[in-house]
Amino acid sequence: MSTTPLRLKELSKKDELLTGGHRLCAGCGAPIAVRQVLLAAEMPVIASNATGCLEVSTTIYPYSAWKIPWIHTAFENAAATISGVEAMYRSLKKQGKIKERIKFIAFGGDGGTYDIGFQSLSGAMERGHDIVYICYDNGAYMNTGIQRSSATPLGANTTTSPAGSVIPGKVQPRKNLTKIMAAHGIPYVAQTTPAHWRDLMTKVRKALDVDGPAFINVLASCNRGWRTPTDTTIADTKMAVETCFWPLYEYENGRLTINYKPKEKKPVTEFLKTQGRFKHLFSPENEGILERAQELVDREWEALLREESLYKSEEEKA
Amino acid sequence: MKGWKDLEIGAITKAGSADEYNTGSWRAFRPQWIEENCIQCLFCWIYCPDSAVTVKDGKRGEFDYLHCKGCGICARECPGKKGKKAIVMVEEGK
Repeated sequence: MSTTPLRLKELSKKDELLTGGHRLCAGCGAPIAVRQVLLAAEMPVIASNATGCLEVSTTIYPYSAWKIPWIHTAFENAAATISGVEAMYRSLKKQGKIKERIKFIAFGGDGGTYDIGFQSLSGAMERGHDIVYICYDNGAYMNTGIQRSSATPLGANTTTSPAGSVIPGKVQPRKNLTKIMAAHGIPYVAQTTPAHWRDLMTKVRKALDVDGPAFINVLASCNRGWRTPTDTTIADTKMAVETCFWPLYEYENGRLTINYKPKEKKPVTEFLKTQGRFKHLFSPENEGILERAQELVDREWEALLREESLYKSEEEKA
Repeated sequence: MKGWKDLEIGAITKAGSADEYNTGSWRAFRPQWIEENCIQCLFCWIYCPDSAVTVKDGKRGEFDYLHCKGCGICARECPGKKGKKAIVMVEEGK
């Protein structure tokens, strides 16, 4: 079987595996990411889906938007469930009952991935199942009405980190899950966004191609939680990358590659200022939070650059 | 009383059945495709959250108004031709 080139004209000829008619909000980033993931796959895939917006809204009884075998799991065990399915597949294959090459994907939001499903994700990765875990990170528990998660950025206003006279939104910075997954030493880890469709689809293909666990963290905007208009989903996501708030990078067998370096790194305020959840940060008393937010971005970006150059200089020596 | 074997299957047995569900009624603004300004980049198709841009043989077709929720991503991302957008948002009912 030949591989479909990553050109929109060619990709559009493939079957759409996530139908319209799901009940995710207008302008939601998650289904854009899922469509791209499923379009990138060149083999049959089976998915498990942690509790979250994506799971709830795509499968309101008696409807399902999925045209692939799909399993709902609880919040905490999308990775464990797909591990079991993959183990069964390996057994059936060994017994000669299945010949086809099938791949396994788990989808979870940041709540189901960074927080509640973290133990099962970590376990599945350590056991080395041949699965791809895709986290669509919209930076809070949006499904239940915007509660902060460990993916919520510093200073964001959520219902459980309400900005006011007591606290200026979330007081903690977000957890760097992509790095934590890289620390598992698995064959493939990447960070991307649906606004960079070719980058996302290239990474999904790499993740599906490796024999072993892979993890991809996808920034997916939520206009309800980010307090943005419905049409700026792609524009806002692009700005996250242009400011290096969400760098595009990958670890292939432990080696880091930064996939995109903005010609001019924009200040993080360019990403924050269009979103209502950060509006309060622009009043004079919260100036310090903005400075801290910039520091966090700078520190992460510079560490990535240093790490990448380390690999490059090692290769030059070799 | 019914035994468990008599109960109906409590699962969705038709893959992709959401396709039959109308989310077009959510729309406040309707995207309108202006073919002469279209350069067939298909950005509208790849960025649509609702699989509501139809494409046939690699060429754009009409919007699928049964599913389009009118978010306007397509209109915003449309590069158009010579500064003229190939997708514009029009208020429903007008």
